[in-house]
Amino acid sequence: MPDIKITPLGAGQDVGRSCILLTMGGKNIMLDCGMHMGYNDERRFPDFSYIVPEGPITSQIDCVIISHFHLDHCGALPYMSEMIGYTGPIYMTHPTKAIAPILLEDMRKVAVERKGESNFFTSQMIKDCMKKVTAVTLHQSVMVDNELEIKAYYAGHVLGAAMFWIRVGSQSVVYTGDYNMTPDRHLGAAWIDKCRPDLLITESTYATTIRDSKRCRERDFLKKVHECVEKGGKVLIPVFALGRAQELCILLETYWDRMNLKYPVYFALGLTEKANNYYKMFITWTNQKIRKTFVQRNMFDFKHIKPFDKTYIDNPGAMVVFATPGMLHAGLSLNIFKKWAPYEQNMVIMPGFCVQGTVGHKILNGAKKVEFENRQVVEVKMAVEYMSFSAHADAKGIMQLIQYCEPKNVLLVHGEAQKMEFLKDKIEKEFKISCFMPANGETCVINTPTTIPIDVSLRLLKAEAVRYNAQPPDPKRRRVVNGILCVKDNRLSLLDIDEMCDEIGINRHIIRFTSTVRFEDPGPAIKTAEKLQNLLTEKLEGWTITISEGNISVESVLIKVEGEDDSTKNIYVSWTNQDEDLGSYILGLLQSMVQYSPMKE
Amino acid sequence: MKLYCLSNDAAKPCFVLSFKELLIMLDCGLSSHSVLNFLPLPPVPSTRLASLPNYTPPHHNDPVLEGELKECCGRVFVDSMPEFCPPLDKVVDFSQLDVILISNYTCMLALPFITEDTGFKGQVYATEPTLQIGRFYLEELSEWVCSSGSGSGSAKRWKEAVHVLPAPLADVVRPRAWRRLLAPHHVARALARVRVVGYDEKVDLYGALDATAVSSGFCLGSANWVLRSAHEKVAYVSGSSTLTTHPRPINQAALRGADLLVLAALTQTPAHNPDHMLGDLCVHATVTLRAGGSVLCPVYPSGVLYDLLECLSAHLDTAGLAHVPLYVVSPAAEASLAYSNILAEWVSAGKQARVYLPEEPFPHAALVRAGRLRHARDLHDDSFSADFRQPCVVFCGHPSLRFGAAVHLVELWACNPLHAIIFTEPDFPYTEALAPFQPLSMKAFHCPIDTSLNYSQANKLVRELRPRELALPEQYAAPGPAAAAARPHIAADVPTVVVRRGTARRVGGRRTLARGTLTLRDSRLHVHSPPPGAGGAGGAEAGGRVECGAPDVEALVRELRRAGAEEARVERGADGCIVHLPRHDTLVHVDAHATHVFCEAGADLRLALRQALALTVPTI
Repeated sequence: MPDIKITPLGAGQDVGRSCILLTMGGKNIMLDCGMHMGYNDERRFPDFSYIVPEGPITSQIDCVIISHFHLDHCGALPYMSEMIGYTGPIYMTHPTKAIAPILLEDMRKVAVERKGESNFFTSQMIKDCMKKVTAVTLHQSVMVDNELEIKAYYAGHVLGAAMFWIRVGSQSVVYTGDYNMTPDRHLGAAWIDKCRPDLLITESTYATTIRDSKRCRERDFLKKVHECVEKGGKVLIPVFALGRAQELCILLETYWDRMNLKYPVYFALGLTEKANNYYKMFITWTNQKIRKTFVQRNMFDFKHIKPFDKTYIDNPGAMVVFATPGMLHAGLSLNIFKKWAPYEQNMVIMPGFCVQGTVGHKILNGAKKVEFENRQVVEVKMAVEYMSFSAHADAKGIMQLIQYCEPKNVLLVHGEAQKMEFLKDKIEKEFKISCFMPANGETCVINTPTTIPIDVSLRLLKAEAVRYNAQPPDPKRRRVVNGILCVKDNRLSLLDIDEMCDEIGINRHIIRFTSTVRFEDPGPAIKTAEKLQNLLTEKLEGWTITISEGNISVESVLIKVEGEDDSTKNIYVSWTNQDEDLGSYILGLLQSMVQYSPMKE
Repeated sequence: MKLYCLSNDAAKPCFVLSFKELLIMLDCGLSSHSVLNFLPLPPVPSTRLASLPNYTPPHHNDPVLEGELKECCGRVFVDSMPEFCPPLDKVVDFSQLDVILISNYTCMLALPFITEDTGFKGQVYATEPTLQIGRFYLEELSEWVCSSGSGSGSAKRWKEAVHVLPAPLADVVRPRAWRRLLAPHHVARALARVRVVGYDEKVDLYGALDATAVSSGFCLGSANWVLRSAHEKVAYVSGSSTLTTHPRPINQAALRGADLLVLAALTQTPAHNPDHMLGDLCVHATVTLRAGGSVLCPVYPSGVLYDLLECLSAHLDTAGLAHVPLYVVSPAAEASLAYSNILAEWVSAGKQARVYLPEEPFPHAALVRAGRLRHARDLHDDSFSADFRQPCVVFCGHPSLRFGAAVHLVELWACNPLHAIIFTEPDFPYTEALAPFQPLSMKAFHCPIDTSLNYSQANKLVRELRPRELALPEQYAAPGPAAAAARPHIAADVPTVVVRRGTARRVGGRRTLARGTLTLRDSRLHVHSPPPGAGGAGGAEAGGRVECGAPDVEALVRELRRAGAEEARVERGADGCIVHLPRHDTLVHVDAHATHVFCEAGADLRLALRQALALTVPTI
């Protein structure tokens, strides 16, 4: 029985550093190649030495597939391709290819320039890495090699996020990456057809949440911002250039529009245009509404959000500012933070994860005083809020996806062990399919049934159709075809017996039995034959009886009448070995006719 | 497999392929040559066109023709709403069509004629740009034709009198089949049926076939279709280009080794090299603008327009004419310009690389931002009339010069020799297009840019793709020996089938084996082992054994002896032997291919014989 092997190098009962090894049909595929934002040491990257302790990695991996541009899904890619030396194919969607290098560059700056790390990839490495990437479009079926086929489906998690269907021979797997089953402000809902994979590898971030918690969080966020600016406070939102920043901008923009608010909203200069341009360019990846209206009004041309200027920091009165970078470790966002932190009415909202050692990490852990390099100490009196806006499928959404694609097995990744346990039970109960949740480094083996396509000979089918159509219609009747399975040139076909003999060069041997019945019946032989035919028609109901040139035939049974007029007739009954039952029945019939009931004149 | 041809315009093809019990329409092109026989519909009332004299054929005093025909510039035109020539509707019943596959937006304009009010129940597939840009074309057409010509009715009677009319009206083919455009709501409904596919996406057609759209390199979203069953492959190559322009390059690998290749929509101007024409256009435009004249390019709202804008603006920059404004006037202008810049996944690698910067793939977005390129819905649109400056370059439709903004501009500029009109679209002969505007003082240049395959490129392609069989519309086939002048044609050493309009040809090899299995559930076929004893009527092979050789006669005699028939005599002959059981009046003839038992004794002996044979005949 062929099987599918899965080993998570990251994201096994864990969130962050998604990297899953998939082996099926002799192909090794790496699903995502992410980094862990919570670590500073080698644990940050997946353990590539697991794949091959030493030597080249390229020969061990047939392709790498990246689901979307978040760093926990693509962060280790330059490391793998430029520092480990992987040179094989890498696949991602067009928007991911466009946006991922920017996020990688942002992260590289934080790691190298802020924290002075060495042994990290360089800007050039990111560029070189992206050159090796093959961009794919939705639903395009890409043949990686002769046997390995992949196809992307819309996942709706972020711009360009995709689920991948992977097939080798008759085995197939769907990897969801991160996805969202409810359309949101700028993206559509994930969709997949009934592709019936052998295995569905799904994320399970919100394995236990049932309600659409994202809506609540958004409402919460807007309420907090609104309350703060109403009291004359300033709101700082440290963001990275792409991704969440655009989501939050759309959120605030529509809210400001609806509530008719006049408080100024700024976006750090230099970022606005370039970042939003990516979204404009890939507007085909957003939801229906935005796509329909983009000619009249591009959702990413913001009316209320204006570019920020450094001199605005000291402006009096309420305002909302989006500033980079996202972890408050440097640059404009940190400058603004230093100025605004000591005042109670102000607020900082951290919309994403913060790496250890950054100011963002400190204040999220409740630090009330922050010390800087130049011994400058800033007191934090402003409100500090953390909010995650990532769009993931909730338990209902995950169940829905399983229903959509009807997998034979499910494997959970990208979630917490406890929550996975709950979902696993639910899936096994509801769908009666097995569900797996391997930890990092643990290998999971899934057996898959083999399906072997077989060609059926047209002659067999036609013969069956003739028989079937001869019977009264009954849609529930089984239709049975008898044939011989023939394996030739690596091809299976179901043939009828004569075709098979031709095919493999066998001479059939025919065994025939012939017996004679003597019958006193004056008159021409043809008359006798007609009488016999009448008799047989009466006795053999449902059989086709044909008569030609005085010979009667039923299946392979031949009945021949010989003899001069006005004398005894010889009736020869002859049949093949296969029709013994029928033949001996007819013979018996004729013999009894001759013995007991002389024909009426 | 059968192929029907429903269009007589090889550049606007329409085929129907019957394959695997499906009726598949390949493209539905709308031939618009017919509109040249109609008077132009000016968007702004024109006194010249309104005061044309009626035409009555000599010796024909039928009053019914009254007012339907007008004489203009020495030619006779029909004064009516223009009519188009959709695919033939009598050959194939459109309600029986299962699928329509569209290759590109220039070949789909007859879609409403096929799908609306015909009982059509099938599915329509096209790529996303094809659908969107096709929508622009159809909306532009219907807005121009319907909005301006509401006054003039539909003339029908002239069609009965074609034989008495002068050329070219006398030569029109089947004018009674010409149709007016359908109403906008029909167009909208037809477009709503289209299902969007991506390149290389396998689409399952009713479980019988896989259809895949592969890039054809001709325009944004243009596709060739590959139909694949388990044993056959059909490639439909329509509107393809091997040149490098803005769209994604042609994918030839997917078309290779087809059992049948259908070739359609080759270039309409094989004598003109598109690159040279583009260069000529830039030169003519520069010369005209330098002299203070304006340039009019009658174009469609998408396609080559993007290349024209890119090349011409760059050329004008180097020629020191960067201040000359460019205008695009069309109901679809704004949408078309905006839309082209979000199709990053459908453009050439070079344009795609710009998206990663991020910059728009086409430079016209930057031209719009800089105010150099302006777009307007129509001529009296504020954005056009308010700051209209001359000299300028105006791109507007329709290339036939029978309706649309171009009609008004030609009327306006015709008498000024400084101005120029440059024809780039290959669909209409330019002298015909200009016929109702004579005498013309403005300069007219013909620079047709058709990037589709020319004949030598197509020949090369066919040689490389190596199909088993090739199907061509008659226009592309080698002319018969009777034709004196050899016109360019496709000559490949592949069995070729020529299809004429309105005819069907049997194509493709016969099937020998059909793949299929027996239980059908949830649209999946499965082979299951039959339940034991389910021989049924088909159980011809009793016990599943097949005899495949003559019995071992010695063993047979031994077996018979064991069964009590001891007196068996064996007589060997030339090609077999006879086993004789005289006491039972029974003979067994054995030769290489058959054993024949003549048994006149009772059933007991026969059964014993049968048993003995079963033991001694080799079986599989």
